[in-house]
Amino acid sequence: MTSMTWLVPLPVVLPLFGAGLALALYRSPRAQRAISVVTLTLVLAASATMLAVVDRGPLVLSIGGWAPPIGIDLVADRLSVLMLSVSSAVTLCVLLYSLAQGEADGDEEAPVAIYHPTYLVLAAGVADAFLSGDLFNLYVGFEILLAASFVLLTLGGTGARIRAGTIYVVVALLSSVLFLVALALTYAAAGTVNLAQLAQRLPEIDPGVRLVLQILLLLAFGIKAAIFPLSAWLPDSYPTAPAPVTAVFAGLLTKVGVYAILRTQTLLFPGGRADAVLMWAALATMLIGILGAVAQNDIKRLLSFTLVSHIGFMLFGIALSSEAGMAAAIFYVVHHITVQTALFLVVGLIERRGGTTSLDRLGGLAKLSPVLAVLYFVPAMNLAGVPPLSGFLGKIGLIQAGVDRGTPLAYVLVGGSVLTSLLTLYALIKAWNKAFWQTPPAGLPTDRHRTRLPFGMVGSAAALVVLGLSLTVVAGPLYGYADRTAVSLRARTPYIDAVLPDGVRGLGRPAPVGPVAGATP
Amino acid sequence: MTPDMRPSIALVVVIAVLVTVGVYLVLERSLSRVLIGLILTGNGVNLLFLVAGGAAGGPPIVGTTPIGRMSDPLPQAMVLTAIVITLGLTAFLLAMAYRSWQLNEHDEVQDDLEDRRVARRAAADQPSFTDADTEDADATLDDEAAAVHDETAEGRTGEVPR
Repeated sequence: MTSMTWLVPLPVVLPLFGAGLALALYRSPRAQRAISVVTLTLVLAASATMLAVVDRGPLVLSIGGWAPPIGIDLVADRLSVLMLSVSSAVTLCVLLYSLAQGEADGDEEAPVAIYHPTYLVLAAGVADAFLSGDLFNLYVGFEILLAASFVLLTLGGTGARIRAGTIYVVVALLSSVLFLVALALTYAAAGTVNLAQLAQRLPEIDPGVRLVLQILLLLAFGIKAAIFPLSAWLPDSYPTAPAPVTAVFAGLLTKVGVYAILRTQTLLFPGGRADAVLMWAALATMLIGILGAVAQNDIKRLLSFTLVSHIGFMLFGIALSSEAGMAAAIFYVVHHITVQTALFLVVGLIERRGGTTSLDRLGGLAKLSPVLAVLYFVPAMNLAGVPPLSGFLGKIGLIQAGVDRGTPLAYVLVGGSVLTSLLTLYALIKAWNKAFWQTPPAGLPTDRHRTRLPFGMVGSAAALVVLGLSLTVVAGPLYGYADRTAVSLRARTPYIDAVLPDGVRGLGRPAPVGPVAGATP
Repeated sequence: MTPDMRPSIALVVVIAVLVTVGVYLVLERSLSRVLIGLILTGNGVNLLFLVAGGAAGGPPIVGTTPIGRMSDPLPQAMVLTAIVITLGLTAFLLAMAYRSWQLNEHDEVQDDLEDRRVARRAAADQPSFTDADTEDADATLDDEAAAVHDETAEGRTGEVPR
């Protein structure tokens, strides 16, 4: 088991190294493209390998050989590696899509040389956040991915993107400040920021202080995950970015927030003191998000609102504080990353084919481009939760877990999630009717040759759609994996024991404090 | 651990002032003021880490300071990291404020057009689904962007720098 620990840092180190190399080779777009593809493929391979390995127990790497809790550690347990695998598959697909887009537009130079390095840095930040075994390193991971996302969101610096970027950057910085406050208070209260050691020490501190820490962390992560009262920034800022960027943001960035909530709530604050609040937040996120989507007339914004809305489902699962609820939430995260990203990629294709994303000015795409129609319809139905697709399986798991809980609030949530699914179906079908079925408005370009969709873009979007479908096929094993993940998350001991085998200190070199020559204790 | 964990009152007061002023500035509409607000809040939070580290002591080097009298080096390492990150992000925000000024002649945070369009439609009580005969069906976002909200435009003339 320990012999495989060398795999753990690869998802962070490889993209960072690739980013540096790509930046150095900014004159050669071809080399940059090759570096990005190779790097992300290797990351995917490493994550997939770990997926099998960590099912036997978490892998812990002490960075620099320093033993945790003094040294920083990277921990790959089932949850981290599952998230990592899905996210690296998605980043690779989106990368291929953006490559095809760049090639189709014939611009060897135009999609500025900074795109590839930044994209790789984003991947590294996401991986660091997933693997971090230390609250401060989690903060650093967040900052890495945020810094990269700022650049990607304002790529080209047009008026609309600067406007969107302003909101995004300020909100992101504020959530980072909140996270820092939480970190400082945590350190003051517990004297450590190592997650495993915090899990040991937090139960001993004053319950009031613990609640403050819990709420501060929830606030910081809630902004990142776009949970209702803290979600207004998302539909404002995502839609203006280039299609691949919006797709990867929608798939990954909010899920990093969800992951952080899941990790901290289970490992640091078991006992579910915030469950009722989380349930209400989940309900509000689902309903207000989807009502926002229903009101929208632009398909990108519509999808951004469904993104907010469906974060509520995952939060519902987490708030149930039961193995079934967590397992369903984990399954739902995996499903949602693939499906939401696929939908945003398809919208990029729609924009290319129809010249706009406004539903007023689209129409007749089903006849003009049947492939596109299929590519939209399948993930849309998947997101709405039509059986037998993975969205249905995730939702039914959540509803079952909610009914098992049996409290009145849980039943309200069950009703809310059913209503949200129906409204999702309504919003997505409304978009389908207007974009694909209504008679095309006069302005729609009909010249077949000029608007032919590049094969690479369709191919990579189709790959993600198929990946979403295959989640239905492998739903059994995947649910089993999610179940085992939920059990070990709730037990907490596998994580703590892996990081601190003797309960005090991890494997690795001890810190050279203590009876050193010359020291006068 | 050092026996004296009481925080210095001066630090706490400074943190309170910095964060208060910072929050006030973040609520402004001008991006450069928001930026200054974020810097001040960030500095306040960095000081919070020093408070979290307990009372100040000697340099934490084995052999120069008795172990009981050392400062806690860990929060200081964290603050250093946080300062570096804040510096980078501040530089980015500054560049963005400048770009906004280049494009719009001001650096105010602008309204979202699509939001306003949805709100306007709701105010007029129109159905949220519109057909080809709706009034602004041929106005694109870019068209409206030219007429976007600008609180400071009155009384300001001059060429937009390119």
